[in-house]
Formats: sequence, structure tokens, C-alpha cells
Amino acid sequence: MSAAAAAAFFDEMNIPDGGVRAGYEAISEWLKQAPRELLVNRKLEAEHFFRRIGITFNVYGDNQGTERLIPFDIVPRVLTAAEWQKLVRGLEQRVKALNAFIADSYNGREIVAAGIVPEELILQNPAFQPEMTDFMPPGGIHVHIAGIDIVRVDADTFYVLEDNARTPSGVSYMLENREAMMRLMPELFGSLRVAPVDNYPDALLETLRSVAPRSASRDPTVVLLTPGPFNSAYYEHSFLADKMGVELVEGRDLLVRDNVVYMRTTEGPRRVDVIYRRIDDEYLDPIAFNPGSMLGVPGLMSAYKAGNVTISNAIGTGVGDDKAIYSYMPEIIEFYLGEKPLLSNVPTHRCREPEALRYVLSRLHELVVKEVNGSGGYGMLVGPHATKAERDTFAAKLKAHPDDFIAQPTLALSTVPCFVDSGLAPRHVDLRPYVLCGADGVRCVPGGLTRVALKEGSLVVNSSQGGGTKDTWVVET
Amino acid sequence: MLSRMADNLYWLSRYTERAENLARILHVAQRLAALPSAYAGASNEWESAIATAACADEFKALYPDGATRENVIRYIVDSPTNPSSIKACIETARSNARAVRTAITSEMWEILNEGWNEMRGIEFDGISQSALTQFLQRVQQMSLRFDGAAYRTMLRSDQYWFQRLGTFIERADNMARLLDVKYHLLLPEKEPVGGGLDYFQWSSILRSVNALTSYHWVYRENVKPWLVADFLILRPEQPRSLISCYMALNDYLDQIAERYGRQGPAQHIARSTTARLQNADMDQIFQSGLHEFLVEFIEDNNRLGAAITQQYLS
Repeated sequence: MSAAAAAAFFDEMNIPDGGVRAGYEAISEWLKQAPRELLVNRKLEAEHFFRRIGITFNVYGDNQGTERLIPFDIVPRVLTAAEWQKLVRGLEQRVKALNAFIADSYNGREIVAAGIVPEELILQNPAFQPEMTDFMPPGGIHVHIAGIDIVRVDADTFYVLEDNARTPSGVSYMLENREAMMRLMPELFGSLRVAPVDNYPDALLETLRSVAPRSASRDPTVVLLTPGPFNSAYYEHSFLADKMGVELVEGRDLLVRDNVVYMRTTEGPRRVDVIYRRIDDEYLDPIAFNPGSMLGVPGLMSAYKAGNVTISNAIGTGVGDDKAIYSYMPEIIEFYLGEKPLLSNVPTHRCREPEALRYVLSRLHELVVKEVNGSGGYGMLVGPHATKAERDTFAAKLKAHPDDFIAQPTLALSTVPCFVDSGLAPRHVDLRPYVLCGADGVRCVPGGLTRVALKEGSLVVNSSQGGGTKDTWVVET
Repeated sequence: MLSRMADNLYWLSRYTERAENLARILHVAQRLAALPSAYAGASNEWESAIATAACADEFKALYPDGATRENVIRYIVDSPTNPSSIKACIETARSNARAVRTAITSEMWEILNEGWNEMRGIEFDGISQSALTQFLQRVQQMSLRFDGAAYRTMLRSDQYWFQRLGTFIERADNMARLLDVKYHLLLPEKEPVGGGLDYFQWSSILRSVNALTSYHWVYRENVKPWLVADFLILRPEQPRSLISCYMALNDYLDQIAERYGRQGPAQHIARSTTARLQNADMDQIFQSGLHEFLVEFIEDNNRLGAAITQQYLS
């Protein structure tokens, strides 16, 4: 990328005419003084730290060495406390609206009656679970843990890129990145007031306990349900269970008797009240869903509907977080909360609407086209970076299944300096804050996971596509 | 705690202990095989290594022409068809540990993970003598460090007790097998008059369990076969003796029973085996047959393992 093109992007640290933005002063100063060898050393130390604690992820379809490290960049990403305050209010509003929409989708569908969201977008959504109709989970909350992906394009504008209301992952990186940075850069923590994040597991446990079913004792038993060690996020599952002090269970550890869930322990069966599951809906219960699932617990759904256990997030929350519903989020917020959205959506073209489809097809070279049900950066087209042949193939898919796609302008994502082979260079970033929603309120630890597209010029931050992470600092200025 | 977790802890410790014992067996076999035959006697050290590792049948099927240094090392260290090779033990221990990350301390995990990472970097095809010796030493060190980390860092709760049960069941089994493979050398009628051919065999048994020096401290005598048997079976001062293993097993099982407020078959079996060891003396064991005694012990030990599984781990 040429220098002129790079200057077109908003850099979160460096001001084009020289100088540094608020919050970055000490970091910039430190980077200027630090000799290259020191940075190289710190980078190696970080890698060693992550390798030793075993924080790895598995890449599906990658046969060689199933455990890989996510690249970690040692330059922190900074948000000022004022910026963060603004973000938090928007995040809370968004997750409240998301919860109201999902509850409504399964109970009454007033938003359809009001003519705001087309009914087929709910009923024909592959993530819609008919089993959940006319059922309200304990506390009336479906989404207890949300990951909202945010991008920034200039000093004042943040966009929500995507809502994740199923089983958002990555929070262990937020916590371990901080751990690594405190070891690697003690000098910076000495001069800056960085808001701590390490209370996240406690906040998560409190949230989960607050939504225990009414039949639970005053000291409800929470477990974390994992598909097992071969899952790509297994490290995170064990990490969170450990930090919360709850059992990490697999499907075979649980059993259902008379609509009550128990876990098999060395002292016999023990009752379970709240299941923080990191298994997708369709694998949760071979009786109710996919009969071939070896990961689930037979009878879990009926225990759930009998009100004897809380499943977190609730089943069927995917109806609220796909990219088709995303485009309605501003209206959804207004409809349920009677408020103007505090966080903007990226302007989105719904290819299911013929006019939008025509527009998208004529502008493929400048748009980003995403699959409505895709995730992890798979199955998307970044128009400006695609070849003519790639665009043509995509256009054919688009015409055949317009309902499956949405398109957005290619955003000028902000950059933050990263320490790469050639030295310090700007790379595009996004941010995933984690929002916890319990019967006792909303919690959001300051910061979140910053993902960075390490390839020069790339806009794709997903770890499965060569992205890395950075520690995110909310600092007082 | 979760039964699956207890099961993982138990087997994780068994596999770590087994890897160490296999490494010791190979280490000693290398030593003995290097002696001139006038000292080592007629025995094939590589064959007894295979017998001690309890994989003779599978091995014979794979190598019908008999045991040689190369094929035994290959088979015990990293054969893909041997589920109890050192490599497989470390793999299994590490993947069990990974599945119960929350139940072990980070020190324990890091030791296993480091050992596993190191092992993955080794090319076993055509490995040199010195690299192999170094690897075997590292395996023993890993097990020692793991044991020490467990002892020093784990909370004294059922997680610790199940982890320990695995260690001692495996240790007892391995010790009994080692003695049984060499039992014919330990019989008193073979008593030599000073420094005979078998001297190096007996001392190698002691050496393989790091007990050569302590033997001298306890008996203040030359290495005598029946004393070697006495030391490794009946002496509570010797930390790897069968009786030491059973005193530990008893103790941990009692603590579990007390915590859970309930006893079961595992406690009864452990108690009766311990009592038998406590009431035995070497003369009597030799009279009724050392081999028979050891075979029976191995069976009882297996029964205890099965009872623990039945009672707690499934």
C-alpha cells in the first residue's frame, strides 16, 4: 500500500501532521525509545508465554499441527475513558434491544405485527428454534453473554459490524493478553492508569447465577458445557471454568432424570442449575435436535422447558444475530426501547430486496458482501481486493440466492501501529467488547478483544484468516 | 468432583509413572547389554525389557525374529502400534491433562506440556545413542518434577487423592512386574559365594528403581538376592516397595472415604492386600514361591484398580 493510501485511514495513535492522540502519549514515547532488539525480545517472550500456558486454537481443516497460537502484537490499542463510556451506553442499549427482539420472536412477534421486521426473516431463519415458541427462559433473558463487533472509521464514528448472540468466543484472549502485557511492559503500566479486566470471570459467574431457575437452591450450581478438547475454543472453556471455579463438563458427564439435570461425580449424581454451554443449539440434545450428536445430553431440552435448568445463552438466540436481522437493528432499538440508537449500524444493502440487489451487482468492486449466516470471515467477498474472476463467481452466487447475502460499503477501518517484521507499521483493527446481561443488570468490563489484520492492507481480522490480537487499554486521560 | 475428571487425573498419573518406569527399564537394559557376557550372564536384556514392559505378546507378533537393541528401543520408545510406548504414554498423559486443566495446577500442566513439546521436536528415526540416553533421562526428570509439583502445589482434596491413587497403583504394578521378570535370579538357592555372574543383574534391579545406594544404607551388606527381594517388597523404608505403595494407597483411599462419608470395595481390597504384605516374611514367600506371590499380587492390584474405577470413576 502506498503512503498516500495509508494516510487515508484513521490511525488511532498517530496524527497525520505529526503528534499523537490522547491516551497514546506514553506508549508512543516508549516505542520511540525502545531499541528494536528490545521489541523483538518482548515479542519472543510473549510467544513463549502463550506457548507455555498452552493458549492455542485449532484451525478446522488444518491437518498439520492442530494447535496453533494466535499471533499477538505487543503494541497496545488504546481507548480513552470518555470514548469507552460512550461505547458502553450504546452496547447496553443494543443488547437490551437484542434480548427484547429475541423474546418477541418466540412470544407474540409484535414487531412483525407492527410491520417492521418481515415474518419470514424470523420463521425461515435457520437459527429459529420452533421448540422455543411460547417459552420464556428464567429471568426473561435469552442472551446473557454477547460479543458485539465494533469498528472505527474516524475520531468520532464507531460502527457495530456484527452482533454475536450465540456463543461468542475470544474473551480468554482479552484476559491472557492483559496478563502477558503486565509481564512484558511493566514500565507502561506504571505510568498509565489502565482499567482492569480481570474481574470478568467473577462478573460472568454473577450473571449466570442471577438467572438460575426458581427451583434452584440459594447457592445455584453452575457448569460450563464444552464439546471437548478437540474444539477450537477448548482452551477458553477450561480457562473460564477454572477462573469461575465451576466444573467443566462434557455431554457425557450430564444426565437427565425426571426432567432434572445432574452431573456424574465421584460422590454420585449432583444437581445442575445453570449450564453455560459452548455447544451449538443443534448438538445440545440428541432427542430434541440432531439425533446423531454425541456431544449433547439426551432430555436436556425437556428439562429446560420444565423450568428446571437455565441454558446460557438460551436456545435459538441466533435468530437475533444474523446479518439480515442486523440491518433492522436501528428500527429494533427504537421499537422496543423508544430510544434513538447510540451506536450506528454500517449502512447495509439487503440483497433480498430487488433494488438493493441491482445496486450491489453494479458496485461489487467497491462493496463487501457477506453471507447472512456466515461467520469467522468465511464466505465473504471484499470487492476492492477481489479479482475480476472472483467477483464474477460471487455475482453468480448472489443472483442464485440473493436472500443469503447482504452488502456493505468497504469501510476505511482505523489502524493501530503493530510491530511486524519491517518494524512498526499501521494495521487495521476491530474491537469485540463482551456484554453480560443478568437478571441483576448489565455488566461490561472495560475494553474487550482487539483483533488485528496482520497482513498489510488486509481488512479481515479473523484468527482463522491470519488475524492476530492486541491488548486493549481503556485509559484515563 | 466429576467422575470423568477423577478418571482423567488417575490415568494421567498412571501414564506419567509408566513412562518413567519404561525409561528406567531401557536405561538399565542399555547398561547391562554393554557388559561383557562373562558379567552379564546368558540372559538377553532386551527380551527381559520387553517382558517387564508387559508387552511381550504384541512385540513377538511384530518382530518374530526376537528382541534386539534396535527393535526393542523402537517398540518401547515410539512404536505407533504400541499404545503403551513412552511416546504414547506422554501423549496420553498430556491430552488427559489438557482435558482436566482445571483440576491440576499450572505447574503440573506446564511440566507435561513442556515435556510433550520437547518430545515432538525429537526425530526418533535413527536416533543416536547419546540423544536416546538424554531423552530417557528427560522422561525420568519430567516424571520426578511432575510428582514433585503435584505433591507441592495441589490442594489436599479428592483431586489430589485420585491423582495419587493412579501413581501408586501404577508404581506397584511396575515394581511387581520388574521383580517377576527377574524372579529366578532372586531365589535363595542361587546364593553365590561373593560377586558371581548375577551380581550385576541384582544391582541392576536396584539401580532401575534408584535403590542401589539406599540398599547399602539399610542392609550394610553386599547385594544379596533375597535381600533385594525383601527390600523391594516388604520394607516400608523403601519408597517404591510394594508395601510402601500399599500403605500410600490405603491412606489416600481412607481420606476419600472419610471425605465422602462412605467406604466401598476399593477400601476393603486395599486393606486386605496391605495386611497380607505386613504379615508376610521373605522366607515364607520363597517357600510358597516368589513367582506365585508376585502373580497373585499383580492380580490383586488389578482388582483394586477395577474397584476404584467402578466405585468412583464411572
